[in-house]
Amino acid sequence: MATMLNQQTTSLASIIAKHKSEILSQWIREMSSATRRSDLIKDSEVQSQCARFLDLLGDAAPAGSNIQATAYEPLREMLGEVSRRRAQQGFTPTETATFVLSVKRPLFTAIKEEHAKNASEMATEMWSATELLDSLGLLTTELYLKQREEVIRRQQEEMLELSTPVVKLWDGILALPLIGTLDSARTQVVMESLLESIVQTNSRVAIIDITGVPTVDTVVAQHLLKAVTAARLMGADCIISGVRPQIAQTIVHLGINLLDVTTKATLSDAFSLAMKRAGLTLVRLDANKNGRAKGENQNEN
Amino acid sequence: MEKIPILRMGEFLLVTIQVDMHDRLAIALQDDLTNRISQTGARGVLIDISSLEIVDSFIGRMIGNIAAMSRVLDAETVVVGMQPAVAITLVELGMSLPGVKTALNVDAGMELLRESVNDHKEAEYGSRI
Repeated sequence: MATMLNQQTTSLASIIAKHKSEILSQWIREMSSATRRSDLIKDSEVQSQCARFLDLLGDAAPAGSNIQATAYEPLREMLGEVSRRRAQQGFTPTETATFVLSVKRPLFTAIKEEHAKNASEMATEMWSATELLDSLGLLTTELYLKQREEVIRRQQEEMLELSTPVVKLWDGILALPLIGTLDSARTQVVMESLLESIVQTNSRVAIIDITGVPTVDTVVAQHLLKAVTAARLMGADCIISGVRPQIAQTIVHLGINLLDVTTKATLSDAFSLAMKRAGLTLVRLDANKNGRAKGENQNEN
Repeated sequence: MEKIPILRMGEFLLVTIQVDMHDRLAIALQDDLTNRISQTGARGVLIDISSLEIVDSFIGRMIGNIAAMSRVLDAETVVVGMQPAVAITLVELGMSLPGVKTALNVDAGMELLRESVNDHKEAEYGSRI
């Protein structure tokens, strides 16, 4: 059986070698009618990719139809390259897989021509070619998805870093505007960066602003309470601000106890409370001036 | 056996933990500190744990206990300089140390102690928690 398979794949290699130019031109025609994306990729690039694919397939085919074999390594690498490029260029998974699958028709035509006299040989030859191309197509899709997942993971990490800025509002007053849903991983990053900044800036008051947090459930509330408690252990007061009316309702309905935490409706309320705690007041300069001017006028009168 | 020094500063006691706490050391500190408070009649205790990098639930509980004991002996306790990692660990262990006053550094802690002792002197009862 094994020797038979080997013979078949050997003949596949010889067919590819013999009919290479026909297969290539027919394949490219095939692709341009099916899923050519001339807006995304240049003709010359497709042509060179196809030619290399056929070369490598011809080289690897004598080793059998197991694409995990070492003989297929150059081909696997090449397909990895192709799917990586296409994932970046914005091809869909179907379009990427079609790159491999569309070689079937020209290859089968070549096989048919070669085995025109013997029907059963033609059938087995076609079957092994189909099997091989299908597994290569699946491999391409898999590599494509892996590349996309990589992109998603990288973006997630970037978002995590971007979404937790700690800003200094005043000497000794920090603010942490939270945007987006809080999960455990993000809370960990938020908490760490908040505590680090408290130590660095020697701040006694930290304002956690949750205006940008879409929903607060028990998990999020617990995460917030943890951050507040940790900050308190280090000797800093935490104020939670930006509690929207819906969120206040949810918190009470869920029975979350926020009694030990100072909460304010807006960031500005929290800031003025923080100023008060730091012993600072804001005075409007020109109001004072106006008042004094008026007073003087009244005296004159 | 190593010992954690307890320094006297006026009516306050100053404890700086410079080594990693192990259980026996913590118990010895609790003993020493309560003795010193009753001997000196100190009104406040300041515990600086800025060099403490590793805590477990036992040490966390000891800090809470020491603060509670000092309060019974009529001395305020302020824990200062807790590292972020230590704070996170304690919170994750579920120990929020309720009733323990905290401050960012020794300076802020001293200020807090003076304030609360003054408040205490002004009114015989009704101290702020």
